[in-house]
Amino acid sequence: MTTPLRIVVVEKDRARAAEISDALRADGWADVTILDDDTTLTRALAETDPDVVLIDLANPRRDSLETLSEASGARQRPVAMFVDSSDPELSVAAVNAGVSAYVVDGLSGDRVRPVLETAIARFRMMSRVQSELDAAKKALAERKTIDRAKGLLIQAKGLTEEEAYQLLRKTAMDQGKRVVEVAQALVTASELLR
Amino acid sequence: MKRGTLHCGFVPLVDCAPLVIARELGFAADEGLDLQLLRQPSWSALRDLLALGHLEAAHMLAPLPIAMTLGLGGFPSEVDTLMVLSVNGNVIAAGNGLVAKMRAGGWQSDLTDAAGTGAALAQAVQGPLRFGVPFPVSMHRELVEYWLKDQPIELELCSVPPPMMAEALEAGEVDAFCVGEPWGSLAVDRAAGELILAGRAIWAFSPEKVLAARHDWIAEHPEATAALMRAVYHAARWLGNPGNRSIATDILARREYLDLPPDKIERAMTGQLLAQSRSLGIEVPGFLHFHKGAANFPWRSQARWIGERLARRHGLPFEDSVARAMAVFRSDLYRDVLGPAGIDLPGASEKLEGALRHPTAVASSRGNMILQPDHFFDGVIFDPDGE
Repeated sequence: MTTPLRIVVVEKDRARAAEISDALRADGWADVTILDDDTTLTRALAETDPDVVLIDLANPRRDSLETLSEASGARQRPVAMFVDSSDPELSVAAVNAGVSAYVVDGLSGDRVRPVLETAIARFRMMSRVQSELDAAKKALAERKTIDRAKGLLIQAKGLTEEEAYQLLRKTAMDQGKRVVEVAQALVTASELLR
Repeated sequence: MKRGTLHCGFVPLVDCAPLVIARELGFAADEGLDLQLLRQPSWSALRDLLALGHLEAAHMLAPLPIAMTLGLGGFPSEVDTLMVLSVNGNVIAAGNGLVAKMRAGGWQSDLTDAAGTGAALAQAVQGPLRFGVPFPVSMHRELVEYWLKDQPIELELCSVPPPMMAEALEAGEVDAFCVGEPWGSLAVDRAAGELILAGRAIWAFSPEKVLAARHDWIAEHPEATAALMRAVYHAARWLGNPGNRSIATDILARREYLDLPPDKIERAMTGQLLAQSRSLGIEVPGFLHFHKGAANFPWRSQARWIGERLARRHGLPFEDSVARAMAVFRSDLYRDVLGPAGIDLPGASEKLEGALRHPTAVASSRGNMILQPDHFFDGVIFDPDGE
């Protein structure tokens, strides 16, 4: 764990907030901010830009976090959920499913840690899947650009598809650029000249 | 005929009435259901508890089952819309400062002029306009974005829980908001702002809240699903009678539901809104429908309208997402369950959205269906078959 996680606890009861943040700090989570759940919350959250948010299940402000996670990309935030100890099943199910963050009464350091760690592990898994997906999308977009550039060369110079690709690759190598960059330049130039 | 206990979540709003009435006036009991209504503090909590199986059914924002099915927000869960609980019923309010500027520019409102009010708002606002909506996935957001799409306004949406809307406006967290009743009226009574538009001025017949359940649960519990649908349908029909609305108001006011004085709830129920504190009421016809004009029918074209917007906003594969969105609105199940119960069903499950300016008779199974005006403020007609 190289970067410390920035954790926000949304809780207006000062005593409870202090108890939670003490438990977190004792467990080695140093970057803990306590926020009140009043009308300043949305802005304060945006400014703090936390990695994890802990909030009581019963707090209606939970919905305000949804805008935040949408604004920063819905999958970019690890999520944790704490619920009343009277319902451990729900807590486990929720965490396995990757729900957002909740805290209730009786929270202690022992309980914070496993849930937080599960949530973070899950987040890492999700973000890996996401970055693989992003990479695949990007590759697809690059492929399209290269295809368009090849098409332009085939039309303009009467080359075969293979020759067009060779020309793009050679130009890229000569200029120390990526094939897609040369292709993009060609596509852009042809649009300007049209 | 005992069918057991059914847990149904709701958020305290006037439009949860069909569920409350189904329980309190015995429509659920008539179907052998013990309908337990569980008030939820937030839409996210309601959504998560439904997805986790701790609720069997829920009162939901119309776009929410579609968003859940498409995997947007929370965690993916296939959720279906059994029927529409309410149509329209939102209000748009602005802070006192903003309203004063609009008025100085010559604006006057009867809550029905969406184009004029949008233009006046654009003229009055400086910098970004912070707009409160109850949830990022909501008709409130769709309506506000649709309404202001051609205005030179930099729109900043914030999610604020409905009961905190008045406070957020007062504290300047938001400059304006769109919310379901009675929470707009509460802001008026606190003099935090004024109502400037009724939601129906943007789209005259927009699906607002729906009855939702998990797709798998529905498949595994066909009898309970059908019983719930019949019970809620009969409650909605009861609410459709204007003479019953004052009784409904008193029931909704109870502590376990909205926990508010009846006079705040009555305004939405009667369509007699107060735009400013200490003012005369303004009558908004068709402000909130529970039943009229086939309001409960889950039109696939409504689902398409929502699905297209979600797919575009989130860059989802378009045709596939729209097809899945349309399948969420279970008009098939509605026909199967309510047809045999002798209820009038429309001839088609899709319609042009926005084509009607007047009540219009349409083909239906029993021949007495009259649809209500459903036009968009900009006159656009949404054709579910067109491009």
